[in-house]
Amino acid sequence: MTRAHSDETVIEAVGLGRDFVLSEGPLLRRTRRTVSAVRDIDLTVRAGEIVGYLGPNGAGKSSTMKMLTGILTPTAGRLRVLGMEPSRERTRLAARIGVVFGQRTTLWWDLPLKDSLELTRHMYRVPAADHARRLAELTELLELGPFLRTPVRQLSLGQRMRGDLTAALLHGPRLLVLDEPTIGLDVVSKSTIREFLLRLNAEEGTTILLTTHDLGDVERLCERVVVIDHGSLAYDGGLDGLRAAVPTPRVLVVDLAEPAPPLEVAGARCVRTEGPRQWLELSDNPSVVIGRVAAGHDIADLTLQEPDIEGVVAALYRGTEPRPV
Amino acid sequence: MRVYPAVYIRGLRRYSTYRAATLAGIFTNSVFGCINAAVLLALFSVRPEINGYDAADAVTQVFVCQGLIATVAIMGPPLDLGERIRSGAVGTDLLRPVPLLGWWLAEDLGRATFSIAFRGVPTFLIGALLFDLLLPTTFGHWTLFLASVALAAVIGFALRYLYELAGFWILDTRGIWAIVGLVGPVAAGMLLPLPLFPPAAADVLRALPWAATVQIPAEVMLGKESLPGGTVAGGLALQAAWAAALLLLGAWLTSLATRKVVVQGG
Repeated sequence: MTRAHSDETVIEAVGLGRDFVLSEGPLLRRTRRTVSAVRDIDLTVRAGEIVGYLGPNGAGKSSTMKMLTGILTPTAGRLRVLGMEPSRERTRLAARIGVVFGQRTTLWWDLPLKDSLELTRHMYRVPAADHARRLAELTELLELGPFLRTPVRQLSLGQRMRGDLTAALLHGPRLLVLDEPTIGLDVVSKSTIREFLLRLNAEEGTTILLTTHDLGDVERLCERVVVIDHGSLAYDGGLDGLRAAVPTPRVLVVDLAEPAPPLEVAGARCVRTEGPRQWLELSDNPSVVIGRVAAGHDIADLTLQEPDIEGVVAALYRGTEPRPV
Repeated sequence: MRVYPAVYIRGLRRYSTYRAATLAGIFTNSVFGCINAAVLLALFSVRPEINGYDAADAVTQVFVCQGLIATVAIMGPPLDLGERIRSGAVGTDLLRPVPLLGWWLAEDLGRATFSIAFRGVPTFLIGALLFDLLLPTTFGHWTLFLASVALAAVIGFALRYLYELAGFWILDTRGIWAIVGLVGPVAAGMLLPLPLFPPAAADVLRALPWAATVQIPAEVMLGKESLPGGTVAGGLALQAAWAAALLLLGAWLTSLATRKVVVQGG
């Protein structure tokens, strides 16, 4: 999967950092302590890239996102987004980027989705004809038709997210910043959104920066991942490189009909047993391993566990393999 | 700039859905107006004139106040902005390409317009039916009074915006409301017309911005000489100055808040 990137820089951070001063203790003996949420981040994102910005909770992802969008002022380093300094030119920058926070909505709770989308036209000063054309396109791609006139509070999470994406894209932003865009969504909704983002990137060259805890998002969307942990950059490179840096086998959970001693099959290693349930770390194709297990035992149930991205990231940072759960 | 009219209309529409609350509000404001008027009439039956106010002046101010109480809203309800600052949802407000203050001003003026038309006017009409109010006699005077009401709505917004903006620094604005909820209505002339206070106290209260939300509009309607410069124009000028000063302060504190202060939540 290779896409043509231009040399144009969309995001440029050099030595970016943000400290917070915490006041602690009783009023009269209060001490001040400085905590670095983000430290010395160097990051360059070029036009047309899709970059996954990963890290465990509290790693500094949100602080970075807030600095990129201008709602948090860096305490160190230099930051340019589309050539602007976000915290100084927040309003002007906001007109040129699209932002979706998966856990928050920019839509108006008590009004039909269409009204919120109509307001974005005024907000971003999009000519009426352009707005209508783009809304029609997005309505078709994201299948908004059936609920365009429904009040936002009555939408399902998946519908609301598609509405939020539309609102963020109606003005044709060059850069789309997504904070956990698929959080809480079912498989079908996730897939709709991922395919849509890929198409947006391919057809319009929209640069996408997203944070996620969903390995599926990363695998489907990102050819480049940036991992942050404890406020510092832990990895910046291809997804393949990340996998190579941290071997993360999938785990097959087998419920046998009867409790048995740890299974010994080629292409898998038993890492845990609990009654009739066994956890097998896979080094071979799961269907082959399942066949081998089924040849010797009755299987009551099976599940395949993907390593979650937090495990990969945590392992990367500690330099140890993640433990299967 | 068409975004502000769009937000204004939305504010208007949003409040127009609360029909039962509007009716209940008219009822409450009218009842309180009648009680206040009865108390003041009893007072003035003992002393026909206090610091340039007579019974008709006082009762007129009572109903100007009851008509404006929900519009200027300095006794509440607070702007949603406070809750959005507490929860961190203000982050999404800041991601709009529209200045925060202008956005909330437009929405609140939509609310205020609905409030004055469908709650203020009916309440005032009930007062005019039940009591002898001193009403302007010329179209020009009515127009000036309307301008005064519009400025009062802007000042009411600016004050409440400042109360909620404090949430960026202190997180919970209930303490602020506890103080201004007490001082504001007294200084506005809502509790009693300011001329009924001892002159020294009245002078202090008149120097505060709250006086421009009810006392000044009432005196504009009455054409009182106690207005700055002794004229209606002087009263409007004072209101305009307060509106400009408070909005500028709000804009300055907004930029300070968004630069120095942290938006809550991940």
